[in-house]
Amino acid sequence: MNTTAVDNAGNAPSRFLCHEEPPAHNGTLLGFWIYLMSDCFIFASLFACYAVLGTSTAGGPSAAEVLDLPGLAVNTALLLVSSVTFGFAMLEMARRNKGAMLAWLAVAGLLAVGFVTLEIHEFAGMIAEGAGPGRSAFLSSFFTLVGTHGLHVSVGILWLVVLMVQLGKFGLTEANIRRLQCLSMFWHFLDLVWVGVFSYVYLAGVLR
Amino acid sequence: MPEATPHRAHVWDVLFGRLTLDSLPFLKPDLEGRIVLATLVVVLLLGVAILGLVTKKRLWGYLWREWFTSVDHKKLGIMYMILGTVMLLRGFSDAIMMRAQQAYAFGPHMGYLPPEHYDQIFTAHGAIMIFFVAMAYIVGLMNYVMPLQIGARDVAFPFLNNLSFWFTFWGAILFMVSLFVGDFSTAGWLGYPPVSELQQGPGVDYYIWGLQLSGVGTLLTGVNFVTTILKMRAPGMSMMKMPVFSWTTLCTSGLIIATFPVLTATLFLLSLDRYLGTHFFTTGFGGNVMMYINLIWVWGHPEVYILILPIFGVYSEIVPTFSGKPLFGYSSMVYATAAIMILSYLVWLHHFFTMGSGADVNSFFSLTTMMISIPTGVKIFNWLFTMYRGRVRFTVPMLWTMGFLFTFTIGGMTGVMLSVAPADFLLHNSLFLIAHFHNVIIGGVVFGVFAAVNYWFPKAFGFRLDEFWGKASFWCWLVGFWVAFTPLYIMGLMGVTRRLSHFDNPALQPYFIVAAFGALLIALGILAFIIQIGVSIMRRKAYAVGGDPWNARTLEWSTSSPPPAYNYAFVPNVHERDAWTDMKKHGFRRPLEGFHPIHMPKNTAAGAVIGALSFICCFALVWYIWWLAVASFVGVVAASITHTFNYRRDFHIGADEVRTFEHTGNWQPEAQGANA
Repeated sequence: MNTTAVDNAGNAPSRFLCHEEPPAHNGTLLGFWIYLMSDCFIFASLFACYAVLGTSTAGGPSAAEVLDLPGLAVNTALLLVSSVTFGFAMLEMARRNKGAMLAWLAVAGLLAVGFVTLEIHEFAGMIAEGAGPGRSAFLSSFFTLVGTHGLHVSVGILWLVVLMVQLGKFGLTEANIRRLQCLSMFWHFLDLVWVGVFSYVYLAGVLR
Repeated sequence: MPEATPHRAHVWDVLFGRLTLDSLPFLKPDLEGRIVLATLVVVLLLGVAILGLVTKKRLWGYLWREWFTSVDHKKLGIMYMILGTVMLLRGFSDAIMMRAQQAYAFGPHMGYLPPEHYDQIFTAHGAIMIFFVAMAYIVGLMNYVMPLQIGARDVAFPFLNNLSFWFTFWGAILFMVSLFVGDFSTAGWLGYPPVSELQQGPGVDYYIWGLQLSGVGTLLTGVNFVTTILKMRAPGMSMMKMPVFSWTTLCTSGLIIATFPVLTATLFLLSLDRYLGTHFFTTGFGGNVMMYINLIWVWGHPEVYILILPIFGVYSEIVPTFSGKPLFGYSSMVYATAAIMILSYLVWLHHFFTMGSGADVNSFFSLTTMMISIPTGVKIFNWLFTMYRGRVRFTVPMLWTMGFLFTFTIGGMTGVMLSVAPADFLLHNSLFLIAHFHNVIIGGVVFGVFAAVNYWFPKAFGFRLDEFWGKASFWCWLVGFWVAFTPLYIMGLMGVTRRLSHFDNPALQPYFIVAAFGALLIALGILAFIIQIGVSIMRRKAYAVGGDPWNARTLEWSTSSPPPAYNYAFVPNVHERDAWTDMKKHGFRRPLEGFHPIHMPKNTAAGAVIGALSFICCFALVWYIWWLAVASFVGVVAASITHTFNYRRDFHIGADEVRTFEHTGNWQPEAQGANA
């Protein structure tokens, strides 16, 4: 089949082919960002459910009766500060300061653990009072929206632990820096979703 | 019926959850049981034969190394196409069973399928045809063709691509398992509550977890393709120089990213209702059934455009190639695709005009629905104008395309009829609707898949498909489709509703008999397709072709057939649309020296392992085998973490190896290309 002649003039191939390999793409950050946007749609669906079902209390407790604003203040503070400390870790990463970076990451992780612990405590309290997710459509959508966010934070914590081990073991390699940048996006994204949750579910819910 | 269940030891409940011997339908002595038993025997015999052959030929190692663990987009594409074809046979068996039942079950005859079984069959038919046939086919096509068309060596995330395939594969297997272990959902292909809330047993749970698995796979594919197209196009290929198929892949992937998470969330909420007793879609405690129906269609309507857009891309490649002209109205084709992508997100409510949302809301969705026909019409005219004054070659892909133009246009028009809200109050849930969506999905997607298979098969395997059997398949499908669905249109206009396993009015029987005959013709079409593949493989020496058998226009035809693992020894440098035509016009000669090593991703077993463990987890969740669900879920997490510790994910193909292939591969004799 192969009757190709070697190109002697050399003009056509150089016009139509790259003799140097084009630089490697760095699509990972873009890809991860796109993934986060798709995650947005999961939260959008859950917010939509809460918007429709949030007042369907079926004779059970309403948002104003079960939601705990002082607890929310602590919770929100923990998560927001965790985001700030993650930012400090990224600054240390840019300075190639591995020890300080790991320390800030640990602080960010511990604050997130505090957030999840408080949330579990709040959930357990509500279930003990008979305001569990099976009580009404309002509570179903509340537990699912807030719980899905909490689940995301928990996954983030697991990811953080694994990545800290890898950073400790292999150092600030190109791959690890990329992963840290992805996790950083994930962390701030969850912060942003939480802003939606506390303003729409908690604040608006209590005012309603 | 808890009291009818024989007393079981507690240890059985712990070990096997609600899975008992009673869950195996093929052990039941009735007719239904015997049908399932016969199917099981056939499947087992086939399975043993295939596995035996693979073992005898010592192919396991080869399959594992070269295919199952492969991250090569071309091999994954081929595996998707095989999966789609196998599932087509399953989905079509369901169709034949329904046609046979409806042709027979009149008056005193109740047919051979009890209603409960019939309901499972139409549910399985719809869900399988959409998720595991149409989706598998289009994802397979996009996988195979898109990276080649944009001059890339692979997709942006090759491992994720492999993982996506395995999620889709195991989702399909979960559907297949439901045939023999337990039962399937009776709630229709979209799992509407209250049936999907109230149905006892594992059926709906099979449905939920099968779709969750494949849905996650599809979502990852969407992310992967968008990143690939935005980041990895060959130098010089600006967006408006990209082949239309790649454009439609981009738009479809965008829709996947924006809609599949909604499906995941909706099914997640349904599973919470079923497993944890929440009240999202229940009829009591404040739950809202219409919430489910809105959410599922927010995914479901864009989904049909996810299916059809890449197929529009297929036609946009085939028509210019076989008309010997560039595509008419390239930019309008791109804008039409983008317009459809956006509009498809604004029409979901037309699936339930009867919800009672009022004239204002219905008018809005009615208008947006009608508006979609404008960009679609633009496309139809673009293809027609491409053919106009072209030198059309009536090859098999072109036949399918012309069958599509005729059939799909009529399907589109009945769609506009349905979009008129007052008319929809009469046609809602009728056989007219059934005929309409089969008209666009068979006449659009299925015809397009066959066109694409005939078009790109020579690229993937180095030999073309048999013409005679290809034409036989086309004519059986085309005629069969119209014979099968015209009676449904007519009956739908008369008010006959869908999903009934028995009719009282004997006047309807002739219509159903004609429809059954049409289904038989389609069966012959599928048979002819399988024969076509078989005959072509046997005659592969006589049918061997070079790299560019059709005198085509886009980059994938500039490389060998089949292409090497690295696709292109030198990344193409693009100057014009239809880059390969441009190269041929300028007398392009392929260099045979001066190769350099090529950086490629390494194969990995992680996708196959994570996929299999996820399947076990989902199966355990269906049957309430909690220990196994927890154990396999921990396994999934552990396997994923282990995979992140693998930092050696790439390697280089040596320059010598590249040189060897470039001298022995199967290229078009260049003189032929240059003269074109």
